[in-house]
Amino acid sequence: MIRNISCKINGKSVTLVVDVRQSLIEVLRENGYTSVKEGCNAGECGACTVLVDDVPLDSCLYLAVWVDGRSIRTAEGETKEGKLSAVQQAYLDKGAVQCGFCTPGLIMASTAFVEQHRGGKVSREEIRKGHAGNLCRCTGYEDIIRAVEQCLEDAEEKDRDEGPVCESR
Amino acid sequence: MFDLNSYHKANTVEEAIALLSQNPKAIPIAGGTDVLVRLHQRHPDYRHLVDIHDVAELKEIVMTPDGTIMVGSGATFTSLMESRIITDNIPVLSEGASWVGGPQVRNMATVGGNICNGVPSADSAAPLLVLNAVVVLKGPQDERHVPLHEFYQGPGRVDRQPAEIMTALRIAPEDYRRWSARYYKYAMRDAMDIATIGCAAACTLKGDSVSALRLAFTVAGPTPLRCWKTEEKARGAVADQSLLQLVRDSVLEDLRPRDSWRAPKAFREHIIKTLAERVLQKALNQCGVSLL
Repeated sequence: MIRNISCKINGKSVTLVVDVRQSLIEVLRENGYTSVKEGCNAGECGACTVLVDDVPLDSCLYLAVWVDGRSIRTAEGETKEGKLSAVQQAYLDKGAVQCGFCTPGLIMASTAFVEQHRGGKVSREEIRKGHAGNLCRCTGYEDIIRAVEQCLEDAEEKDRDEGPVCESR
Repeated sequence: MFDLNSYHKANTVEEAIALLSQNPKAIPIAGGTDVLVRLHQRHPDYRHLVDIHDVAELKEIVMTPDGTIMVGSGATFTSLMESRIITDNIPVLSEGASWVGGPQVRNMATVGGNICNGVPSADSAAPLLVLNAVVVLKGPQDERHVPLHEFYQGPGRVDRQPAEIMTALRIAPEDYRRWSARYYKYAMRDAMDIATIGCAAACTLKGDSVSALRLAFTVAGPTPLRCWKTEEKARGAVADQSLLQLVRDSVLEDLRPRDSWRAPKAFREHIIKTLAERVLQKALNQCGVSLL
């Protein structure tokens, strides 16, 4: 049940030897991407959220063979040359992190949400709904929502000052 | 690691049918959000998989020239929410899809899986029932078309033969043109929850009377159910407060809610009556009759 697959992880092309019985989270963690956390392992908590072709999904409910030919993003890849991504920085600024276990999954959910809603008007309710797949038992979510609001505001300001800088991924 | 005995990947529907024919124990895996949870719980019935995750032809949502909408069984809930064909013509289905799980689950889970696993709580089922959806199944010999309400046979049981693939859900133009339809899910939380009761209502008017009404519920019986008796009684009724009263008084005759740890039967019955009235109100409102 062994297969060779090729994919991109955080922009780097890799070839992986995987067992068809493995979930994506198992393969990512085995290969050192330990920001991806195993919480419920049943699609309830979102701690294992990664982006596959920029779409957030639960890597515990995703077979590793399904990423063949696709592009994966995890929280460690969002920090580029030591510089935190806008979402990561906003989480830090707003104090949206307590124990930290849910944070990498939430960062990826927020990253996808901000990229999707950049330039549009977004209500608090939509932010909440956009993060409904991620459980956090410490923060009460309020600071997480503020962090996402800050990101969307900063992006709007930046777009206004410099013109759209949205990267095409 | 999931405890699998066999795994085969299909690239086309034909390949999937051939693989299923070779192994009667094999079941299709599409989005994985139900099958992999079962495997995580070490369920013995899910150990032989035919992988249809990447079968592109199953993901299409198309409208044929006569207005028939074909929703591919492999379409994810996110794609049901985003497809212009669906949001422009049968928005009740995207309304249903938007209530499923959370964003991650909606990006993975498919409408075909939601129907084929046969659960009474499927969020796509009530909208599809009031749209008179027909299940399209392909097997080794032939293609079958089964109305969705007949496809459901019991809790967790549907009319899919072991070597068949549900390829699409077909919605005829006469089942959505001139119809107004709405769906509401009553649950304890706004997301990541299983419906306590789900209700879809669709109506079409002639003058100030109801020329036809369709009402469907989830978690109100062993399978998602249509309310045939109530629908018959409402035919030709004037669309006013007495219609709402009629529906409220009649709807429990069509349903079989039960006690469970999620909610007692009496509570479900109360919610059923309330939703029947309110969701119908919303559907009527959409075709210009305000009873709110």
